[in-house]
Amino acid sequence: MASANDEIEALIALMARLPGLGPRSARRAVLHLIRRRGALMAPLAAAMAHVAETARECAVCGNIATGDLCDICLNPARATGEICVVEDVADLWAMERGQAFRGRYHVLGGTLSALDAVGPDELGIPRLLERTRAEAISEVILALNATVEGQTTAHYIAEALEGSGVSVTSLAQGVPIGGELDYLDDGTIQAALRARKRF
Amino acid sequence: MDWRDEGTILAVRGHGETSAIIEVFTAAHGRHAGVVRGGASRKMAAVLQPGSRVALVWHARLQDHIGSFTVEPVVSRAGVLGDRLALAGLNAVCALLSFALPEREPHPSLQSASEGLFDALSTAAPGWPLAYLRWELLLLEELGYGLDLTRCAVTGSRDDLAHVSPRTGRAVSRAGAGDWASRLLPLPECLLGQGPASPADLAAGLITTGYFLEHRLAPDLGDRPLPAARARLVAMLGRM
Repeated sequence: MASANDEIEALIALMARLPGLGPRSARRAVLHLIRRRGALMAPLAAAMAHVAETARECAVCGNIATGDLCDICLNPARATGEICVVEDVADLWAMERGQAFRGRYHVLGGTLSALDAVGPDELGIPRLLERTRAEAISEVILALNATVEGQTTAHYIAEALEGSGVSVTSLAQGVPIGGELDYLDDGTIQAALRARKRF
Repeated sequence: MDWRDEGTILAVRGHGETSAIIEVFTAAHGRHAGVVRGGASRKMAAVLQPGSRVALVWHARLQDHIGSFTVEPVVSRAGVLGDRLALAGLNAVCALLSFALPEREPHPSLQSASEGLFDALSTAAPGWPLAYLRWELLLLEELGYGLDLTRCAVTGSRDDLAHVSPRTGRAVSRAGAGDWASRLLPLPECLLGQGPASPADLAAGLITTGYFLEHRLAPDLGDRPLPAARARLVAMLGRM
C-alpha cells in the first residue's frame, strides 16, 4: 500500500471522524481534495477556518449563525407572531428547506430524557417561555419528532404554555408523500386514521 | 449462544452512526440489553420506541457478551403518543423498570403485569392510574421490598387498616396507630385491592409506594435518585 506522509495521514484520520465517512472513504476524499488543491481544497480550508472562528449559537433562537443573531431572527418580515419549536438545528434546516413556514424558530437542543437525566432546565424550554412573553407570540408550533421522547417534550411545553393565551399546535402525523400503506408501521397508520380529514 | 423471546422495549440509545443499543424486558430473560445493527435507520425508528412489543432473537458468541438483537415488531403502542398523561405513565414504567431491575434476571409475573399495564396505557384505558399504583406495589414485592398489608403489625387485626409503617412496610390499623398516626404512611383502600380509587386515594398510595422506592430500593441500587419520569407522572396525576 502506498504510504502518505504523517500530515496527510492525520488529515485522513480527522476526515474519517466525520459522519458518513470511514477510513477508506476519508482516504478517497482526501485524495480528491489533494488532486483539486487550488479549486477545492484551499477554498474549503479557508471556509472551514472562517466558520470555525465565527460560528456560534444565535442568542435568541439557538440556530447556528456567524454573528450574535441568525439571519432568521434578524429578518423583520419573519416576526409573524409564530414560533416553530424544533429539537435540533438540523430540524430547523429541514423546515427551511420546505419553505412552508415564514415565522421564527426555537431550537431546544434535545428532548426530555429520563434515561439521560435531561430535564426542562437542560433544554431551552425556560427561554422559550420567556420568548413567548417578550415577543408577543400568538402561536407556538411544536415540530418535534414523533418519538416517545419528542412527544413527551411536546406535551411538557404545551402544559407549560397552558393559560398563557398562546395557541399551541403540532405538526400532523400520518402518511408521508409517496408513502404506501402496505409499508407503513402500525403506529403511523393509527395516527393517520385518527387525523383523517374531510376529502 | 442465542435465544428467542418477546419483550417490550424500555430504552434505546444510539450506537455509532447506524446501530442502536436497546434494553428490553422479556419474560424468560428479564431486562436484557443488546445491539441492533441498523437500529438507527428510518425504517427501524418506528419499531424501536419505548413501550413497543417486539419479537427478539439474541445472538452472542459468549453468554456475558452484550450480543446483538434481531427485532421484529409485534405490537406498536404509538397510540400513547397523543395522550399526555398516558405517555407520562409509559415513561415512568419504562424508567422504573430500567432503573430497578437487575440485568438478565427473569421476573415473569412482573413482566406479565407490565405488559397489561403497557396495553392499558396505549389505549388510555380508564382506570390505568390504579393499575399503575398496583404495579408499583408489585415492583417492590418482586425486588424484595414487598409491603405486608394483610394485618395490623400492632394489634394483629385485619380490619380498619389505614397506615403503613415506613420502618417495616407493615400495615397498621387506626386503633393500633394511636398517637403515631402522623408519622405513618397512608394506606388507602385501593392499595388493599378494595374498590375504585379517587384521585386523593391514588395520591396517597403513590406517596406510600414512592417512599419505599426512594428510601428502601434506591439506596440499595447505589443511592441513585428515582427517575424524574415518576415524579412527573405523580405531579400530573395530582393535578387531575
